[in-house]
Amino acid sequence: MKRFRRQGQESLKDRHKQDLFQFNKTVEHGFPHQPSALGFSPRLGLLAIGTRSGAIKLYGTPGVEFMGLHEANAAVLQIHFLAEQGKLVTLLEDNSLHLWKLQARNDVSELAEKTSFTLQGKPGALPSTTHVTAVLAHSSRDLLYLGTEGGHVFVVKTPDFEELEEHYISVENVQQRIPGEYAGRRNLDYVETLTENPQNPNQILIGYSRGLMVQWDVKSKKATHYFLGNKKLESVWWCHDGDQVISSHSDGTYCHWSVSKGHSQTAPVKNEMPYGSFPCKAISKIVTLTTKKGSSFVIFSGGMPRASYGDRHCISVIHGKNHVAFDFTSRIIDFAVICGENSESQHNDPVALLVLAEEELVAIDLKSESWPVIQTPYLAPLHCSAITCSHHVSNIPLKLWERIRSAGEKQNMHYSDMQWPVNGGLNVAPDPPQRDLLLTGHEDGTVRFWDASGVCLYPIYKLSSAGVFLTDSDPNDNMNSAGEGEWPPFRKVGCFDPYSDDPRLGIQKIHLCKYSGYLAIAGTAGQVLVMELNDEDAQHTVDSTLADLLQDQEGFKWKGHAQLSRREEPVHFSQGFQPFALVQCQPPAVITSLILHSEWKLVAFGTSHGFGLYDYYQKRIVLVRCTLNPCDQLALEGPLSRVKSIKKSLRQSFRRFRRSQVSGRKRPVGNAAKIQELNARLEQEALQEMELAPVQRKIEARSSDDSFTGLIRTLNFADSFIRDGSHHTPSLWAGTNGGSVFAYSLRVPPAEKRTDNLVMAEPAKEIQLMHRAPVVGIVILDGHGVPLPEPLEVAHDLSRSPDMHGSHQLLVISEEQFKMFTLPKVSAKMKLKLTATEGSRVRKVSVATFVNSKTPDHSETGLAVLTNQGDIHVISLPGIKPQVHYSCIRKEDVSGIASCVFTKYGQGFYLISPSEFERFSLSARWLVEPRCLVEIPRSAAKRSLRRRTAAEESPDDTRESRLHSNRTTEDAETSPAVMEHALLNNEKVLMEIQTSLEGDRRSQTEKNTTRTSGNVKMMANGE
Amino acid sequence: MNRSFNKSQSLRFLDCTAVEVKSKFGAEFRRFSLDRLKPGKFEEFYKLILHIHRISNMDVKLGYADVHGDLLPINNDDNFCKAVSMANPLLRVFIQRQDEVDYSSYGTNTLMRRKKAVVTLRNDVNRKRPHISISMPQDFRPVSSIIDVDILPETHRRVRLYRHGSDKPLGFYIRDGTSVRVTPHGLEKVPGIFISRMVPGGLAESTGLLAVNDEVLEVNGIEVTGKTLDQVTDMMIANSHNLIITVKPVNQRNNIIRSSRISGSSGQSTDSGSSTSHHSLPAPSSLQQHLLQNFHPDDLESDEETDIVIESSLRQPPPPLHQITQRPLHNNNNLSFRLHRDLSLHNGSIHKLLSTLKSDPRHSLALPRGGIEEDGTVITL
Repeated sequence: MKRFRRQGQESLKDRHKQDLFQFNKTVEHGFPHQPSALGFSPRLGLLAIGTRSGAIKLYGTPGVEFMGLHEANAAVLQIHFLAEQGKLVTLLEDNSLHLWKLQARNDVSELAEKTSFTLQGKPGALPSTTHVTAVLAHSSRDLLYLGTEGGHVFVVKTPDFEELEEHYISVENVQQRIPGEYAGRRNLDYVETLTENPQNPNQILIGYSRGLMVQWDVKSKKATHYFLGNKKLESVWWCHDGDQVISSHSDGTYCHWSVSKGHSQTAPVKNEMPYGSFPCKAISKIVTLTTKKGSSFVIFSGGMPRASYGDRHCISVIHGKNHVAFDFTSRIIDFAVICGENSESQHNDPVALLVLAEEELVAIDLKSESWPVIQTPYLAPLHCSAITCSHHVSNIPLKLWERIRSAGEKQNMHYSDMQWPVNGGLNVAPDPPQRDLLLTGHEDGTVRFWDASGVCLYPIYKLSSAGVFLTDSDPNDNMNSAGEGEWPPFRKVGCFDPYSDDPRLGIQKIHLCKYSGYLAIAGTAGQVLVMELNDEDAQHTVDSTLADLLQDQEGFKWKGHAQLSRREEPVHFSQGFQPFALVQCQPPAVITSLILHSEWKLVAFGTSHGFGLYDYYQKRIVLVRCTLNPCDQLALEGPLSRVKSIKKSLRQSFRRFRRSQVSGRKRPVGNAAKIQELNARLEQEALQEMELAPVQRKIEARSSDDSFTGLIRTLNFADSFIRDGSHHTPSLWAGTNGGSVFAYSLRVPPAEKRTDNLVMAEPAKEIQLMHRAPVVGIVILDGHGVPLPEPLEVAHDLSRSPDMHGSHQLLVISEEQFKMFTLPKVSAKMKLKLTATEGSRVRKVSVATFVNSKTPDHSETGLAVLTNQGDIHVISLPGIKPQVHYSCIRKEDVSGIASCVFTKYGQGFYLISPSEFERFSLSARWLVEPRCLVEIPRSAAKRSLRRRTAAEESPDDTRESRLHSNRTTEDAETSPAVMEHALLNNEKVLMEIQTSLEGDRRSQTEKNTTRTSGNVKMMANGE
Repeated sequence: MNRSFNKSQSLRFLDCTAVEVKSKFGAEFRRFSLDRLKPGKFEEFYKLILHIHRISNMDVKLGYADVHGDLLPINNDDNFCKAVSMANPLLRVFIQRQDEVDYSSYGTNTLMRRKKAVVTLRNDVNRKRPHISISMPQDFRPVSSIIDVDILPETHRRVRLYRHGSDKPLGFYIRDGTSVRVTPHGLEKVPGIFISRMVPGGLAESTGLLAVNDEVLEVNGIEVTGKTLDQVTDMMIANSHNLIITVKPVNQRNNIIRSSRISGSSGQSTDSGSSTSHHSLPAPSSLQQHLLQNFHPDDLESDEETDIVIESSLRQPPPPLHQITQRPLHNNNNLSFRLHRDLSLHNGSIHKLLSTLKSDPRHSLALPRGGIEEDGTVITL
């Protein structure tokens, strides 16, 4: 009986948990790691990117995203959208073809793999006969022409990849009719390109690698024209009118061939070499596009003079007299041109150029005269300088949001004002419930602000801290120093730049107070900058203070990097966050912990030597405490000590090596070779060491003389009962790597005397945890067992004021245990031993609120915990009982675990590659995931019926669109009206913001209208 | 022949009331009898021996030969009682001068002097170690014990390691490996965790209860199957203050065979002797029990959780002098700056004072370590 009842209770508890917690990896932000292929469908308005690891990602209008992963871990070589269907075919490195389909389910489209296929030759045939080198998705919907290494062209029918023998074009068949002397001289080599005549789908052009191009008639199964080129072929473009064919070659030339001329041509009509007399590199792809106004666009990649600019990654655009060689910072994978909506016309009318480079996607506005860059709403290169830390702030007040946005808009003036040209699909996800900011710190001293509210991680604002300091390089150095008349006419585009002028500038910790707009950032060389948001430009010197963390410690010698030197003269700061105070730690070790309290106007910071408290109102150091253990040699000597672990140095040198590979920028050759050699040797040594010693682990209790015991892992401010049970005072808490907790009680003068009286700090408590594990978090719970609110949260009426009557509790989270103590007298109350039972250690911990998905007024506060096993646990508060756990990150993915940040509402981000954040959600209620619909255009037959007029939509079509509009309005009604409530029902402000968020977040009604108009357009341009 | 027959007869007759004692000191021996049911206190027995042998001015140690022919000490009431109750039929007592005691003569097979290779858990090196004073319980601290003998399969052994302070490392290494398990599908190879190496002189080695290649099955009651080497390492380190590991010894010949346990010790079966051979020995087992009673393992467990808390109930906090002088001078920047410096200097000296104060109690705390610490070590400055 009893047992039954207990079971019932348990299942109730489980159901309750289900309403609160749910684990989902929702969306990947950033730029895919190692892209290898680009596809673009003008009809669907979708962009596809394939990667070396076999992933395929589709992007449409902002918010429309799909992702698929091939089973085989092989690079995606080519992506082809099938004509007029929501289908695409990918060719992988392992010679397999895969058919993907966008299918709608419950009004949301999904990307799913349908079939896969590998071309099989006749028994005994060479593998090269069936090795696919070129793919043509024929406009007759279902046919795929596959050119192979052996020179044959196979034809298969989708979706089942049924081989059509009767269409097969063998190399012998082609060779038979070639003029004798040409055929005799050479074999044709593999099929380099397959192109369809844009005006006549029955004609296709087969380009062989050796230079021969054959125009093949599909109907009569005969070759109609032979273009007997004799230069190695790179790409072929059939011009829009169908009369001209342009071929590009490996020697940097391109040739015009006329289709209307003779049956067999031995020389092109025109042969051009754009970058001149000296040997040039191959033109890997060429496109020419006609315009209504006359002169056509020629766009090609490569073709640079081999000796002088052979290492540049360029795409040249020539239009009339305009000629620009867009110079990218990383290798170009592929490019696509988006053309005008009206494909009925005789002209292409290019609108924008999309370039997929190895590290970023760049879009160039070809409509505007100056060809400016269009800011991408997604696929942002997070890693333009390596990410060193990240910080998430949930629920940003509208005021601050607007101010940051307007500062960011000022910075983005040079971008084109064109709307994002990739606009396929429809974002049906509800508007994000709140405004969230993700701040990333970078190696070059910048902090980037991202709009992390929705599916698109959109860059808002970029803050650079480098200007405060004197660095070796002149900031004007790397500017575009293109002089007049330089040839080729280079223009630098893209922002990927992995080189940091000075690694000391790297940002290590960020803390933003969302209510006051105060921001503290801290870096590698012990610098802490306190900033204030200013809507005007300003010029001033930054006050600097030195914090000597050693305090007469004997026998110390810092062997690490020197402290950064500050610019003495006034520095110009543009609108946005402007630094006004600088604290520099001595020794200049990396800042390991940072916290800002905007109400008390205090900043606390910690390094491996100790911690300090700075009053940024009076610009004065309040407290410095050295936590150094005298036997801690490692911390004493700094990062350049000889005791550096081999693992670390290996990792660093690999990173350096990879970076130099990535960019391929010219470096002194001797040095690079030396580094490589050194790396190889180091790696070998490490491998040998690994082979000699079997994998075993020493079981040794932690002793007090571990290194870095004094390193400050966590800092916290709290207003609590630290001295006695009747008076609560401000306090500062610090936790070290050696399991110590230091508490100081603070005397903060009341606001009216804040200028005159000094902030005082007195030591109040010290706790040494016997298990000596690093303290990773300190939380103070109020009388109700709820964590104390953030500073100013209560003042802004956004949080219930904490219970200041009951007894407060102190929760110390070490890597191994969660331990609750009473306050003010510290005595252990309860604990949860995580490591002792699970063997896992706490890496990241954060307080999060979980809202019940069924009853939104019920919420629970808990701890979101990430362990070194990559598992995520939720621990209840104040009971410290494990609630749920999910495995999230591979435990080998150390950088992923290290980069993880939690939000306040049970979501999180971690890096899955240097350039991508994975977003996950623990909350059953807040879930940011792409929900989007892609409408598949009707079949050709139906479409022709409907082509009479654009306005006359067929009945079923109108019905469907009405259905959609019904649903979307429903959405608008049910979706939480957070935007509105924040806008204080000011219609004008609402309109302003909507326009400022244009392209990113439109109101539902607006979205509706654009959708229908888009629909009309598609009807109109159907063919 | 005849005589001996008589004697045994007389003994059998005496069986119900008295135990015949034959005590030997050097070459001399004495015979006397004790009441089996009321043997009395060890102290009395000791005095009696000294008196009988007329060596009352001498410090001696007493030992007796048990049924298996092992020389075991008599040094407290418990083992005296045990010795008397186990006498069958004769209690042979050996007297050694305190300073001549050969500790290595105690223990298993010490009297039989059988030369056949008997595998003992303690290898010879250990037995020769001179300063294991079995006879003086107050010299003992628990190093290890075998626990839960009655609930574990005979092939497994649950060992508790007592880390004493931090002066001695736990001292072993673990590695990944594969073990063979019997499953419904027959024999199956499964990954397992094994002891790979012992640190010479480490705690693990000195217990003699763990050996290289023993498979680790549980750590403090938590199964290690499915856990990685790093996880198990972390679990062991996190539990290092009171580590209980269940192993499947690679050498299965030293297992404790429950059926042969002698009823004398079966009443208290939670702990059993650490030095066992094929036989389970009642005396050491009771000895171990006794030690554990003295030490209260629960206390040890709570010991690990005693964090050191230093609370400074602050005296009159800010020196009012500074406060007063501060205000009128604040308008002048230079002067106030100097004052700030003074003040921070003052602060610094407070910290220094505190840190010196703090380091002392911590060191002195480290010394007693035993049972003193657990009752609230709050030091007020």
